[in-house]
Amino acid sequence: MTGLTIDDVSMRFDLPSGSFVQALKNVSLDLRAGELMSVLGPSGCGKTTLLNIVAGFLAPTGGEVVLNGHRVTGPDAERGMVFQQGALFEWMSVRENVEFGPRMKGTPVAERRATADRLLQITGLGDFKDKAIYELSGGMQQRVALARCLANDPDVILMDEPLGALDALTREKMQGLVLKLWKETGKTIILITHSVEEALLLGERLLVMAPRPGRIHREYRLPFAEMGVNQDLREVKKHPDFGKRREEILSMIWEMEEEIMGRTESA
Amino acid sequence: MTGLILLLLYVALFVGAMLLVGLATRGRKRRDFTALKTVTFGDESAVRPNRAASVISVVVIFLLWGAFTGSSLVPVHVPGPFTGDTSFTYTARNAGGAEDEATVFLRVFPLGEQPPEIEAEPGEGFARNDAAMIAAYRSELVRADRNDEGEDVEVVAVEGQPIAPGVTVAFADGEVTMTPRGSLNVSPARGLQMEEIWLPSPESVVAALVDIATNGFQNVPLWEHLFYSLMRVLVGFAIGAAVGIPLGYAMGLNDWFRGWFDPIVEFMRPVPPLALIPLVIIWFGIWETGKIVLLFLAALWIMAIAARAGVSGVNITKVHAAYSLGASKAQILRHVIIPNSLPEIFTGARVAMGVCWGTVVAAELVAAQKGVGMMIIAASKFQSTDVVLMGIILIGIIGFGIDILMRKAENWLVPWKGRS
Ligand SMILES: Nc1ncnc2c1ncn2[C@@H]1O[C@H](COP(=O)(O)OP(=O)(O)OP(=O)(O)O)[C@@H](O)[C@H]1O
Ligand SMILES: [Mg+2]
Repeated sequence: MTGLTIDDVSMRFDLPSGSFVQALKNVSLDLRAGELMSVLGPSGCGKTTLLNIVAGFLAPTGGEVVLNGHRVTGPDAERGMVFQQGALFEWMSVRENVEFGPRMKGTPVAERRATADRLLQITGLGDFKDKAIYELSGGMQQRVALARCLANDPDVILMDEPLGALDALTREKMQGLVLKLWKETGKTIILITHSVEEALLLGERLLVMAPRPGRIHREYRLPFAEMGVNQDLREVKKHPDFGKRREEILSMIWEMEEEIMGRTESA
Repeated sequence: MTGLILLLLYVALFVGAMLLVGLATRGRKRRDFTALKTVTFGDESAVRPNRAASVISVVVIFLLWGAFTGSSLVPVHVPGPFTGDTSFTYTARNAGGAEDEATVFLRVFPLGEQPPEIEAEPGEGFARNDAAMIAAYRSELVRADRNDEGEDVEVVAVEGQPIAPGVTVAFADGEVTMTPRGSLNVSPARGLQMEEIWLPSPESVVAALVDIATNGFQNVPLWEHLFYSLMRVLVGFAIGAAVGIPLGYAMGLNDWFRGWFDPIVEFMRPVPPLALIPLVIIWFGIWETGKIVLLFLAALWIMAIAARAGVSGVNITKVHAAYSLGASKAQILRHVIIPNSLPEIFTGARVAMGVCWGTVVAAELVAAQKGVGMMIIAASKFQSTDVVLMGIILIGIIGFGIDILMRKAENWLVPWKGRS
C-alpha cells in the first residue's frame, strides 16, 4: 500500500503547571501518493504539531502515522521537510547544502553533484552555486531549501509556511515553482499556510482545521492546483469559483477566530 | 600638580586637534552609503573610527611623553629641573642681637654627573658664606650657621624674609625650608619634567630595547624571554581547549555530563586564575609545570562554557532538517553541531587567549627564570624603569597581535558569524 495514513492521531502537551493543552484530537486522514494537500486554520490549531508528528519529530500521545505500510517512529529521509526559515546550514555553500542529503547517504560525488546542479538549474539558482547562504535573498534561500529537500528524493514533502516570510511577488513566483515541481516529480506534499489564496492555489485537497482541541473542521477538493500547472496563477485567481471559495473559507476562519476571541474574553 | 597640568594639556590637545581636523576636512564630504544617511547620531553602524584622530592620538601620547621627560626626539619640552649655579642670601643673628648677611652658593648638577666642587669666599662679617652641591631633583641640608663666628648664631631670614622651623621661603631657583633643628633644607626647582626613574624618556626605552635585544637580559636573549611566555600561553591554552571543548560538547549533549560538571564549571568560572597561583605553586612548584597548569585552568572553563553555549545555541530547525535529510547522530554532530558552535568557540578562544596572556605575565611576576613578566619584575628591583616600560609595551603589542591573529582566523574560518 502506498500513501500516507494519519490514523486517529491525538497530541496532548502536559504543562509544568499541571494543566495540559490538547493540541490535536482524533485526527484521521488518508493521502494517496502524489497528492498535494494544503492545510489552513487559525493560529494555534495544531498545524505545526501535526506536521511534526508526520515528520517524526514528535511522538503522538494517541494514534499512529503510517507511510507506505510501515509505522512512523522517527525522522527519516523518506519524509523531507521545508521550514519557514533558518534551516539552511550557513557553513556550507548553496551547492553543499543541496548535496547534504545524498552525501549523508554516501552517494558518489559525481552523482550527487549532478543532482544538485540539475535542481539548482530548475530552481533558477544556477549562477549562485558557490555563493554562501548569507549572500542570498530570502526568496533565494527558500528555493535552496526546496532544492535541498528534493535532492534527497523523499516520498513525502512537508512544508510549514515555506513562503510565509516572502514578499508578495516572490511568493507568487515560488507558488508557481512548487506547482511545477509537484507535477514534475509526483511527490506527496503537505503544505501549511496562513494565506487562503495560497491554500486554494496549492491544494488539490484543502484541509481546514479548528482549534481547541485541534481537529479537522472541513475538507475540500479543489481544481485550481491542476489548472495552475499549465496556466498563469493570476488567471486562475480570476476564475469565478476561486473568488467564491475564497470568500467562503475566509468567513469560516473569521468565525472560528471570533469564537476563540470570545472564549478567551469570557474566560 | 604635574598630573593636573598633564591632564589639562591632554584635554586641550584633544579638543584642539578635533577642531583643527574638523576645519581642515570641512567641505570634503564622504561619498559612500553613510553620507546618504540623514540619521547618524545613535546609529552605531554610522560611527567609524576617525583615522586622523587615531594617528593624532598616538602622536600626542609620544609628544607628551617626550615633552615631560626632556626627550631629544621632541622639539618642545615643559620646564626641566634647574641645573647650574645659583645662590641665596640669609641673615644670621648672634647672641648679642647683631645681624649679618651671608650667601649660600649652590651648584645644581644633573644626576650621575660629577662636576667640580663649588668654592665660596668666606666674605665679611660674622656670618660666613657657604657652598653646597646638589643633584637635580634632590635636596640638601645646609647648616648655614655652622661656620659663622660666635656663640648661639641662628638664621632668622632667607632672602630677606623671616624664617623659622617649618617655614618655607622661595628664592630665585628653588626653595628653602628650615628643619626643626635649624638647618636649611634647600630644594632647587624641579620643573615639570619627570625624573628618569619615574618615567624614562622614549629614547631610553628604545635604548633599553636595543640593549636587551643585543645583549639579552640577565644572560637570556630577549627573544627567549618572549618565546617562553608565548610558549606557556600556547601550550596552556592548547591543553585547555583540547579538554574544555569536548567537555563543553559533552555537557551540551548529555544530561549526566551536564549535571555532573555544571556545579564544577559554575564554581570555577568566577574564580580569577590569579587567585589560583599560590595553590598551583604549592602543588606543582614554581617551574614550567606550575605555569602550564595555571594557564590550562585559565583556559579550561572559558572553553568549556563556550563549547556548551555553542551546542545549546544550535537552532533546533537545523537539527530537524538534518534528521529529515537522513543524517545519523554522528553525522549531525560532525556536520551541524560542531560547525554551528564554531563562532561561539572562537569568541571563547579570543577571551581565553587574552586571559592566558594576562595570567602568564602575572605568574612570571611571582616566579620565573625566563619570560617577559620575570623581566619586568627583575628590572623593577634594580629600578630600571626603562626596561619595565619596554616590557610593558612589548606585552601590550604581543597581546594585541594575538587578538588580531585570532580575529583574522575567525574571519577566515567562520565567515558566517553574525550573519544568519
Ligand atoms: N512543546 C509544546 N508544549 C506545550 N504546548 C505546545 C507545544 N507545542 C505546541 N503547543 C500548543 O499546541 C497548540 C498547537 O500548536 P501549533 O504550533 O501546532 O499551532 P499552529 O497551528 O502551528 O499555529 P500557528 O499557525 O500559529 O503556527 C498551541 O496551543 C500551542 O500552545
Ligand atoms: Mg505553526
